[in-house]
Amino acid sequence: MSNRSQGFSLETWLPKIVLAPTTVAMIVCMYGFILWTGALSFTKSRMLPQWEFVGLDQYERLFGNPRWDVALSNLVVFGVLFLAISLVLGLALAIFLDQRIRGEGAIRTIYLYPMAVSFVVTGTAWKWILNPGLGLEKLVRDWGFTDFEFRWLVDQEMAIYTIVIAAVWQSSGFVMAMFLAGLRGIDDSLIKAAQIDGASPARAYWHVILPILRPVFFSAIVVLSHIAIKSFDLVQALTGGGPGYASDLPANFMYTFAFNRAQMGVGAASAMIMLFGVLAILVPYLYSELRGSNRG
Amino acid sequence: MMLKRTLAAVMAVSAAAAMSAQANEVEVLHYWTSGGEAKSVSFLKERLEGAGVSWKDFAVAGGGGENAMTVLKSRAVSGNPPTAAQIKGPSIQEWGELGFLADIDDVAKANNWDNLLPGVVSDVMKHDGKYVAAPVNVHRVNWLWANPEVFRKAGATIPTTWDDFLVQAQKLKDAGYIPLAHGGQAWQDATVFEAVVLGVGGADYYNKAFVELDADALNSDTTEEVFRVFGELRNLIDANSPGRDWNVATSMVINGEAGMQIMGDWAKGEFTVAGKNAGTDYVCVAAPGTSGAYTFNVDSFAFFEQSDSAAASAQKTMAAEILGVEFQEVFNLNKGSIPARLGMARDEFDSCAHDSMDAFVASSQTGGLVPSFAHGMAVPEAVSGAIYDVATNYFNSSTSPAEGKSQLVSAIQAAM
Repeated sequence: MSNRSQGFSLETWLPKIVLAPTTVAMIVCMYGFILWTGALSFTKSRMLPQWEFVGLDQYERLFGNPRWDVALSNLVVFGVLFLAISLVLGLALAIFLDQRIRGEGAIRTIYLYPMAVSFVVTGTAWKWILNPGLGLEKLVRDWGFTDFEFRWLVDQEMAIYTIVIAAVWQSSGFVMAMFLAGLRGIDDSLIKAAQIDGASPARAYWHVILPILRPVFFSAIVVLSHIAIKSFDLVQALTGGGPGYASDLPANFMYTFAFNRAQMGVGAASAMIMLFGVLAILVPYLYSELRGSNRG
Repeated sequence: MMLKRTLAAVMAVSAAAAMSAQANEVEVLHYWTSGGEAKSVSFLKERLEGAGVSWKDFAVAGGGGENAMTVLKSRAVSGNPPTAAQIKGPSIQEWGELGFLADIDDVAKANNWDNLLPGVVSDVMKHDGKYVAAPVNVHRVNWLWANPEVFRKAGATIPTTWDDFLVQAQKLKDAGYIPLAHGGQAWQDATVFEAVVLGVGGADYYNKAFVELDADALNSDTTEEVFRVFGELRNLIDANSPGRDWNVATSMVINGEAGMQIMGDWAKGEFTVAGKNAGTDYVCVAAPGTSGAYTFNVDSFAFFEQSDSAAASAQKTMAAEILGVEFQEVFNLNKGSIPARLGMARDEFDSCAHDSMDAFVASSQTGGLVPSFAHGMAVPEAVSGAIYDVATNYFNSSTSPAEGKSQLVSAIQAAM
């Protein structure tokens, strides 16, 4: 009897004890540091943390800085294009692969493979490909089209789009894999039923299959928007934020100001704005998820 | 002090792997990790070991020292700073104000540093009138490196003013060469911008506008003229320059693809490695319009307060050794710079270094010796960062000179 109750209490407590260190580490390292950064953003900290509070001064500085404007609008351009193109491309690839074609395994691997490479490698490779004197432009010119010009990488207006290209190349295969898994989970009889009702394949996909894939869309959007907001390494490797600071994203701005420029307050303020950006995406998602599970 | 203790208490949680320095040991944080630089540092290590002080190397790679500074901050606030760290310019003052630096004035007095160092350099090394750091070298930033062969073929002459520069560069361009080898990174844009500021505005303007940050000087017509000339240079570089490293740009001058480069004297190392001789294969002259002036970039070690007395005495041995004749000579021969210590034998140095030494002494008397803002010697990091942003953005866009000026004024104001 006593033996059993001991076993019972160990069984109850063991998972909690095992999980405790992770929980503590997470509370301190995630939420603790979020609060710490939030507090810092209201101080006049420069090189090191300094606890003299100055209200919203650092936020004013932040939004008065033209470089931050560039970084924010770049994030919008990058985020929207990256999300849209990755989703469309990923979905299209998944639908084509789902037609029971030959060699599907090999093709799937090829499209998924960029995901195995880190953003630093992707960035460096694309830096070479897009460099006008080294990559694509030179190649096409050497083929005889001497007027060919493709210099987005060194053009202030277009540099941000090179980051979209590289990011899409890296991530659309992953989106494809998610959709493919979703498509495979759909019962064939649904499509057959639609066909019997006289729906064309396009209509069947649009009206029957895509609505079923809604949860996949949601997961893909959340994963991709995370990648977009925290993008740092890709910019660093591909353009270094240049030309000038034309292709800066908020994460690069934050790093530069907090660590290279001795403006920790401004850096912390920009980090908080990024956090709010993530929350703006995450909260509606969590809300819908939780609501869904309550209903279930 | 209060601040320091609070910081220490708060940060102690996150500080990992803290080990205090042992007696008779110096732990030195630096970012000289590339070939010639690493060799220079290891000579200091040998010297110290000869004096009975062991050396604990604390090298953090990353050319600009950003990574090293991040590590240093976390070590310092956790109450466990290294013995010495490679810190330069106004950053020394910032660390001094936070109360972290050790007073090494007795070493300086005993070795007569006030007479060995030029005033502008020793001022940087002092906080509150006391020495807290020791300089290892002096780099001249306002150099123009030219390939005479390219100039001869294009029928151009090496320019001495900015107006002439634009004329001669056009000749090089017409002859099919890239006039100015340049790497489009913010610090390189700032390095060229700085040379234009000094050449167009002169040393007085430079000091007023970019060291004292005087609003009238920044708002003057001179600033607009600086931006005009700087803007002209956009057409004299090649389209592939964005992101290029400085040494790649130097190699374009070496192999005759480009005519000139504006870069500090560390570029000399590239020419030397390529087996080129100063005067015949390449030419080093002051950047246009700056022959009587000298933008200096001084590397130095700042010393951190030690709790242990043996560690403090090892620290003083190191300080004395840094300004010793042997170290100053060997280090600077390896690094391409000139000794910070005045009046040293100069036979071992090459002709570019001789020019640099002469200009250093001469300009220190005329007032033409100015700190480099592009290399963190003149203004705090926040301000030099703001100047970087404006310069690099201007250089890579088609902003007008007037707009450039107003952007500069507002950016500097916002950063102060």
